[in-house]
Amino acid sequence: MTDWLPIKQIAEQVNTGKITAMSLVEKSLSLLNKHADYKAIIVAIEDRARERAEAIDKQVSAGESAGRLAGVPFIAKDNFLTFGSETTAASNILRGFHAPYQASAIERLEAEGAICVAKANLDAFAHGSSTENSDFFTTLNPHDKDRVPGGSSGGSAASVALGMAPFALGTDTGGSIRLPASFCGVVGYKPTYGLVSRSGVVAMGSSLDVIGPLTRTVEDAAIVFDVMAAKDELDATTIDRDELDYSSFSSSSLQGKKVAVIKEYVGEGLDDDVRAAVEQTVTRLKTAGAEVSEISLPSLPLALAVYYIICPAEVSSNLSRYDGQRYGFSSTDAATVDESYEFTREQGFGAEAKRRIMLGTYVLSSGYYDAYYRKAQTVRTKIINEFLAAFADYDILVGPTSATPAFKIGENSHDPLKMYLTDIMTVAVNIAGLPAISVPSGARSSLPIGVQFIAAQTHDRDLLAFAHAYEELSS
Amino acid sequence: MALPKETIDKYLPTIGIECHVQLKTKTKLFAAVGNDARDALPNTLISHICVGMPGALPVLNQAAVDLAAKAAFALKTRPQPHSVFERKHYFYPDLPMGYQISQLNDPIIVGGHVTIEVDGEQKDIGIERAQLEADAGKNTHPEGADYSLVDLNRAGTPLLEIVSKPDIHSAVEARAYVRELFLLMKYSGVSDCDLYHGNMRFDVNVSVSTNPTELGTRAEVKNLNSFKSVEASIEYEITRQIELLEKGTPIVQETRGWDDAKQKTLAQRGKEEAHDYRYFPDPDIPPVELDNAYIASIENSVSKLPYDWRTQLRDVGLDHNLVETLLDVEVEDESVTYLSEIEKVISNPEQAKVYALWIVNYIVPAERDGKLAASQQRSGILASVYELVKDGRLSSNSVKALLILMLANDHLPPDVAKYAEQQGLIQESDEGALSAIVKDVLANNPKAVEDVRSGQEKVIGFLVGQVMKQSLGKANPAIAQEIIKKQIGI
Repeated sequence: MTDWLPIKQIAEQVNTGKITAMSLVEKSLSLLNKHADYKAIIVAIEDRARERAEAIDKQVSAGESAGRLAGVPFIAKDNFLTFGSETTAASNILRGFHAPYQASAIERLEAEGAICVAKANLDAFAHGSSTENSDFFTTLNPHDKDRVPGGSSGGSAASVALGMAPFALGTDTGGSIRLPASFCGVVGYKPTYGLVSRSGVVAMGSSLDVIGPLTRTVEDAAIVFDVMAAKDELDATTIDRDELDYSSFSSSSLQGKKVAVIKEYVGEGLDDDVRAAVEQTVTRLKTAGAEVSEISLPSLPLALAVYYIICPAEVSSNLSRYDGQRYGFSSTDAATVDESYEFTREQGFGAEAKRRIMLGTYVLSSGYYDAYYRKAQTVRTKIINEFLAAFADYDILVGPTSATPAFKIGENSHDPLKMYLTDIMTVAVNIAGLPAISVPSGARSSLPIGVQFIAAQTHDRDLLAFAHAYEELSS
Repeated sequence: MALPKETIDKYLPTIGIECHVQLKTKTKLFAAVGNDARDALPNTLISHICVGMPGALPVLNQAAVDLAAKAAFALKTRPQPHSVFERKHYFYPDLPMGYQISQLNDPIIVGGHVTIEVDGEQKDIGIERAQLEADAGKNTHPEGADYSLVDLNRAGTPLLEIVSKPDIHSAVEARAYVRELFLLMKYSGVSDCDLYHGNMRFDVNVSVSTNPTELGTRAEVKNLNSFKSVEASIEYEITRQIELLEKGTPIVQETRGWDDAKQKTLAQRGKEEAHDYRYFPDPDIPPVELDNAYIASIENSVSKLPYDWRTQLRDVGLDHNLVETLLDVEVEDESVTYLSEIEKVISNPEQAKVYALWIVNYIVPAERDGKLAASQQRSGILASVYELVKDGRLSSNSVKALLILMLANDHLPPDVAKYAEQQGLIQESDEGALSAIVKDVLANNPKAVEDVRSGQEKVIGFLVGQVMKQSLGKANPAIAQEIIKKQIGI
């Protein structure tokens, strides 16, 4: 991995004039070039990044603080609306789209001096677990070029693993931050639903979508999250955040922490090395004084089914706006407005987007709504309640982030159902709106393995402190 | 078209009305963008939300909820403590997100009623529900062009769609219902109710049946924007449907439009498309939860409504027509209020009545002609003129002249009597001065005097007229008549 200092120290050095923001931007841009063959990046934002670096350096030489993230370069998944480049969500239908406004999360990071240097590849519209559904190209896993980086935030995870920038942003609807983080050997943090504004992020499943950082350390993730977390008047689903800084861990002791391994996540079908990694995690936690037991959440096996009803339903609705009438791709073959809709969407959407639109349209159709969507919501409530009951007894739940390490490119892409199964360990957290973090823990030869820690809603600080303490044990 | 009355009478028409009321908010239902598209250039009142940009999230405008909650009280019910926005999906160029945000299963208003009066009889028209929803934009199709234009200024304007129960059974009742709805929304401050700019749009469902317990097949006439077109289109539909049924032709369930020039309804589509809107709760908008304290505060903020005014005005003895006229003229111009002037003197029924007549007969016509200044002194002016009338010092002609003069200049002199005199508007009631004029008139009209003496009393009127003329209109006619009689000796 490349030598970036912890984010806190980078910002300190920039603010004290020890290094310039410009040198950091140049370093990041040259690394983007150096690792271009991994295809983690859709587009670099060179001009705007240099302009911002210049402004920050001026600010510093004028004796002002340039913020908690002064000069820190970062890479945003290309479903974040940003200035200075196109925003495509890795979809053909959004080719040529220049955002007239920026995502609230980007605005908050920029206000603290962070500099967006590039947009990362993803499965188009974040539909997928491998970046193979990108309408442009597949990103390669930094640890094995024959393997996927995971998805949908695969470009973000790979770019951090390759050291292109100290942090990247991802979105997590069913595991899209945690899964690629585990495949690429980085930290991936999915906060409580509602703590980070979704405004200006291309929507996938609105009731599930969460924004979070991918970093090399838990502390970096906590700092980036702390800057982004805020109630936003542009997103009615945002909630009040903690008043305290999420990255000021009061205690990094694991002594007496009540931890439970989720039984349903360590059952049959688990890769041996992944099982060994979870067991090793349990051993370390116990050694550090945590009380570790096992818990069963009997409705968890239903989570994937619930997810693949609710998520496509919301997807089918959220993708309605891509109709070729106002922005992005518009088919020139059409003679009527109806043809314009039909041809634009036929030609502009990839196979996975079409599959999810059809699934979602089906489950919302009159006559099927009760059997699918309403039923799924009922089971969703059941899953939420099982988690609530578990958190009455435990501080943290533990499980693998994925049943296997990174799979080979093309291994699952012919079989959508098999691909959907890669989300099996991660979707329940989104269904319940919980905070969860995937941290590197173990490996199968060169392939990293991730373990995820899950906490109760809004217990983000506890979760980050716990993961930070665990990270210190394993390092 | 001429159906015999006994044929028409066999059928019971049943009508339900959906009314889209544009709420009087400063900004749109889900975006902090100006709402008044009346004079704006196309696509100038838009934001990333109105255009349906990627990542744009609707955020509910609390002011729209406040107004909808107020509307509930105007409709004699209370707002629902829990309501939910849902997405209604269809593709159309004026619908940027590919779905309209509306309410389906949990609207903000359920129930309520509107009381109408037709031919002196009161009747309650039930309200099924009323839902908050965002308006679409506007498509225009330039004549001869191979393109259409889309203006999204209106996209996202807050509407309250008020759905009546099928309790209406004639075109006249329908008209009374929409007028009453108009007054309710206007008086409660829920809407500007600018019909010309489409602030209220009506869809009417009409069916006829010979069996009062079974509804006939209905036709829907959409997008009516005046009381007159509501009445006329229903009238037309009833006749059309009866004629078809009399010929043995079944009614087709369909959407029709109203052609105002031809005064007829026309089928809009060949057949009803089977829409599946795929409604589901909008995950971007948390459910609207209204607690008791909030609902009570809205209830307290509801202003005086038409039915409150009716009770009060009828109690002081104003007749039905005068009351309804007052209710109508009150809302002609936002900046002017008449009813509050009457309210100030409501403890004196005679004065209130006089005010009502002045308003309807003198002040409103002058206001409409743009003759009156915005007045701070209206109450004082009315009261002072009323004092002079009570003393018998103003002729009816002079009342109008003096009122309009003072209101036009927004001028309330310290001594109104003196001012009226200077303006030559005071009635000559002084017997001495009048006697001289009468003497003169009688001397110049001996034939008339003779006629009066021989019993033709109505000729007195002619003589009074002559006195008025000679006094340049200042004579008090009642006193003049008495002096004439005295001098002639009858």
